[in-house]
Amino acid sequence: MAEMLSVTAINNGMVIDHIPAGQAINIAQLLQLSKHRKRITLGLNLSSNTMGLKDLIKIENRQLTAEELAQVAVFAPQGIVNIIENYNVIEKIKLQPPTSISKIFTCPNQLCITHTEPVNSDFYLVHQNQTIQLTCKYCERNFTQGST
Amino acid sequence: MKNPFYSRDLVSIADFNLTEIEFLLNYAAQIKQDKIVKPASGKLLASCFFEPSTRTRLSFESSMLKLGGQIIGFADPTNTSEQKGESLYDSMKVISPYADIIVLRHPREGAARLAAQASDKPVINAGDGANKHPTQTLLDLFTIKECQGNIDNLNIALVGDLKYSRTIHSLVRACALYKTRFFFICPNTLMMPEHICHFLKTQGVRFSFHQSIEEVIKHLDIIYMTRLQKERFQTHEYAMIQQQFTLQPNMLVDAKKNLKILHPLPRIKEIDPTIDDTPYAYYFQQAANALPVRQAILSAILNEDLTHG
Repeated sequence: MAEMLSVTAINNGMVIDHIPAGQAINIAQLLQLSKHRKRITLGLNLSSNTMGLKDLIKIENRQLTAEELAQVAVFAPQGIVNIIENYNVIEKIKLQPPTSISKIFTCPNQLCITHTEPVNSDFYLVHQNQTIQLTCKYCERNFTQGST
Repeated sequence: MKNPFYSRDLVSIADFNLTEIEFLLNYAAQIKQDKIVKPASGKLLASCFFEPSTRTRLSFESSMLKLGGQIIGFADPTNTSEQKGESLYDSMKVISPYADIIVLRHPREGAARLAAQASDKPVINAGDGANKHPTQTLLDLFTIKECQGNIDNLNIALVGDLKYSRTIHSLVRACALYKTRFFFICPNTLMMPEHICHFLKTQGVRFSFHQSIEEVIKHLDIIYMTRLQKERFQTHEYAMIQQQFTLQPNMLVDAKKNLKILHPLPRIKEIDPTIDDTPYAYYFQQAANALPVRQAILSAILNEDLTHG
């Protein structure tokens, strides 16, 4: 029998659901999941009634801080995090994009002062029509999430 | 009204609301009419120009001197610690205790915001790359109000380089507060950036695109010309486009009586010199308004109470 991919329910951990298709890998990088030595499952381009296609991430034995949840929300503004204990969903957290975010993204404007000064990037966020618009605090250029 | 500019940075026009902008314009009008000016005697301006400038730097320095203040600074960064590799952040930390107010021009976008973060003293943005030039915007607004009596609901044509001109971008955002109607006249390669058009739509500001000034001349209250930068075009293309976007006297035949032509200067060939003698030309008055407006800015930032001269 051919080897089967193990995508089973997790005992303890969390499932990040309703991630826009294509964003799971960005979230995995953001959360540095490659360094997490427990089982992680990335589902890409899964069919969804509401989103058409979606991504999904299951992470065993990992919880997110409030700051991490806010950062994930920038990639998945409609996302839901299911907290799992003993194979049961004990809490559902609806992700809420923050109003600002620091350090995570670099400003795509190569002429922005943040590229030449020892300063953290800083963006203001506006969530509109299921997309996130970021405005650099310094150069005030606007970007959509994905270009940063 | 309490002075909303006191001790405040002037980095972007977007940091100020309509009431605050009007406050500054009215104060500048009083200064121009010699009615009132709160001096800056005993105060020191650090004039930090990391990029060449003639009119902005000289008008700031002249304004400070006219207010009775003094100036330190540099017009050329080659003799500063920047050449030794010092960051702008550190430079501002070092310079801010030496002065009461800092005027900064820098080639990097967002430099003024960073400088304001580093400095304990108010920072005025005198141009940060292609980003913002808020004091030019204030003097443009002042000039429009002066020559038209008001800014609300005017028909304003912006002509030339609408893509890269920081002056235009700041002016458009500020004029949006007054619900002006815009006519964008530019080569296809120098269109107004999409993010600004999007901003105007969200503000309910009307605008349209045109290929020539004559198409819309009979509607216009203001024509705001900008310089076409040669380096943005192929040589043959530049000559053709320059001709198309040069304002000639025959283009003004159907102009309204109150039409005024503005230009941030320096002009190259965008305005035929014979227009200088027509009642429509207002660009040299605009340049002269740099003094009362920058005096008002310095005075308002340095003095909490502006009521007694």
